[in-house]
This record gives sequence, structure tokens and C-alpha cells, in this order.
Amino acid sequence: MLRNLFITFLVFSFTQSAFALETSGKLLLTGGVSSIEGATGGGITPWAFIGGYGTRDQVGGSSYYTNTNISDYKLESYGASVGIFDRVELSAARQTLDTQRVGATLGLGRDFKIRQDILGVKIKLIGDGVLEQASWLPQISFGALMKQNKEGSVVRSLGAAEERGVDYYLAASKIILSQSLLVSATLRRTKANQMGLLGFGGDSHNRQQYFFEGSLAYLLRRNIALGMEYRMKPNNLKVAKEENWSDLFLAWAPTKNISLTFAYTMLGNIAIKDHQSGVYSSLQLGF
Amino acid sequence: MKVLILLSLMSFSVFAEQTSAEYVAFGEKAGLVKVVDDTMINLLADPHTKPFFEKADQAHIKEKLVEQFCAELEGPCTYTGQNMKRAHKGHEINQAHFFGLVEALQKAMTKNQIPERAQNKLLAKLAPMHKDIINK
Repeated sequence: MLRNLFITFLVFSFTQSAFALETSGKLLLTGGVSSIEGATGGGITPWAFIGGYGTRDQVGGSSYYTNTNISDYKLESYGASVGIFDRVELSAARQTLDTQRVGATLGLGRDFKIRQDILGVKIKLIGDGVLEQASWLPQISFGALMKQNKEGSVVRSLGAAEERGVDYYLAASKIILSQSLLVSATLRRTKANQMGLLGFGGDSHNRQQYFFEGSLAYLLRRNIALGMEYRMKPNNLKVAKEENWSDLFLAWAPTKNISLTFAYTMLGNIAIKDHQSGVYSSLQLGF
Repeated sequence: MKVLILLSLMSFSVFAEQTSAEYVAFGEKAGLVKVVDDTMINLLADPHTKPFFEKADQAHIKEKLVEQFCAELEGPCTYTGQNMKRAHKGHEINQAHFFGLVEALQKAMTKNQIPERAQNKLLAKLAPMHKDIINK
């Protein structure tokens, strides 16, 4: 289903560029990129911006594929989002964590894959992080990510309490043009373990907690941004010590319809493996 | 000697009063004229923005834009054109048209090798004008 949606978006993106319909009014990269949870943002944290290049009179959208190759795992994510009148964003994403050799160690079998589907909604509450350059007020959005882990019995056996959960977040983002900077901060309420790939809640903690996430990017050119991100995480499972995430990224939009993001991610401990880091690469098509 | 230093200090302060680093980065008046000329070429090439400019007095608009950009960059100019609200009233300019103009300007600035930071400084000054331009 999601794969079909992705292909539909792909085709739509190309026909849009071919026929130059009334879309894509926004400036380059101001639609952000798709985070690994599907919502528009940086790579690992959602921003307040509404995805796609649609203006307040248009509908925009994007689709993405992200591959993260870290020391002992591989994480794939793909999905699509629609931005409606620069006010509401709907997103769908599928994540697949390939446990590779760790799977065998955990008794799940080598290359065991844990899948998770995420539906997201984001609503812009106030501000315009791009246009309102005379004011310090950032763009502020509220969002929810509804997650369903497809391997309930596996994540429960690792100590998770549930196989589904909802993250709520409040994001404040602003481009400070006079300094060529993008600044974003997000407060998230969650009990997801490794975004939900290891389930929700656990045998050490089983309640919702609030976490800070932030991004800072320098706009090298109008189509290139260089930045870093930080994301604090819960630590609910006895079997694993979950750690905060960070990355350094470079986002490049060679044309309005295509953007590429490369990042070096530092994800700390994941399940039984320490110091998980590696390269994140993402292709996004938008209109 | 002291007089010389004093004189050079004075001339420096006069200079500093009239121009900003960004204005210099744009190549002062001559640089702005080139940027605005190229912006108009881009506006006429883009089917979204073309209808607003093809039948207008382009020479006049360009002259006023140079004045306005110069003033916004703290150069030695005073903007003598209409205020933004009046200049755009009734033209049914939407957000996409507005961003179309920004893009035309960005391309022109890049073509004229204006440093990125100076480009963004100018855009930061112009962006708040959206309130008087879009849907007026």
C-alpha cells in the first residue's frame, strides 16, 4: 500500500515538473526534507515547516527514500507527505530495521527485520518561519505521529510494554535570513523505544516523558544547507541502554523537485550494540 | 600628522555613515543596476510573474527597485517610489507570485556573484514587505 503510494507520488512529482502546474510556489529547501519518521524536518527531528512546496493557496507533496547504514544495523525508511495550504501536513512512513548479525545473537535469526508504520499529522499554529523576518516569533506547529510496530511479540520479548504508541510534539522553527541560519527546537512527548522500532514503554520505565530535540543549519547557498541535529531519547528497556542521537547533515536541492540529504549519524547504543554510527542518505522528490 | 589622522578618521566616518558592508558587497549602485536588470529579465521569462511586468513601465520599476534596494542596504539613496501597499494594490498577487519574485532576484544575485550572506541580508529586509504585497 505504502509502496504504491510512493510510486504514485513519484509519477506525480515528475508529471508536475513536466507540465508546470500551479504548484511549487515556495522557495527552495523551505519545504524542508522528510525526517525518518515521515514528518517534514531535518533527518531525525520534525520541524514546524509544512512539507512540500505548496504555498498558502496550493497543495504540495513529497516522497522520500532514506537508507541509514550504521555499524551493526541497516535502517530503511520510505514514505510520502502532503502539505495542504501551508497549514496542515499529513505523512505516512514505513521503517524497516534490518538486525543483520544482531538478529542471530538475539535468537531472532540473522537479518531479522523489524517493521514499523507511522502516520503523521502536523498543524501550523502560528507564525511564518520564512516570511516573518522582521519578527523574532518562530513558526510553531503541533504534531502527532501514530506508530504501529509490526513485530509485537518480538518487541515484547525484549521488554517493551506495547507495540503501538503516539508521539506528540510541539516544534518551533525559524530561518534567520540576515544570519543565513535555520534554527529549530522540538519538544516531544513519547515512550517509544528507538522511535518505536523496539516497541513502546518497557520494563524499566513505562510512562510518557518529554524530550528536547534541536537543529541548527547554515544556509551555504539558496539550495544547500549544512547543519547538525540533536535528539534526546527515553531509556525504557532493561536489555538495552538507549542513548541520545545526533547527526551532521548536508542537504542539497539541485532542482526544485529533487533534494538529496547526506548525514553522518551517531545513534549510540541500539539494543545490544554500542557506538552505532554511520551514513544516512536520503532522496526526496517534491512539488 | 595628527591632522591627517583626524581627516582620515573623519572621512571614514562620513563613508561609514553612507554605506554598509552589504551595499559594497553588491557593487554599490552599478552592481544593483545589474542585479535589478537581470531580475527583470528573469521576471519576464517566468510565466508566473510575466503578466505583472510585461505591460508595465519596466524602466521606471527598475529605477525604483534600485533605489529601494540601495536604501534597504543602507546605501546613499532615498526611496522615492510609492509605498508597497499602494504599488501592489489590486494586482491580486498571491504567495507563489511573491516567492516567484524572490526567486527571480535570487537567481540574478547569484548570476552577479553577490556573496550569499549579503544576498540573505537583502532578502531579510524585503521579506517582511509580504504583508503589504500579498493578497492586497
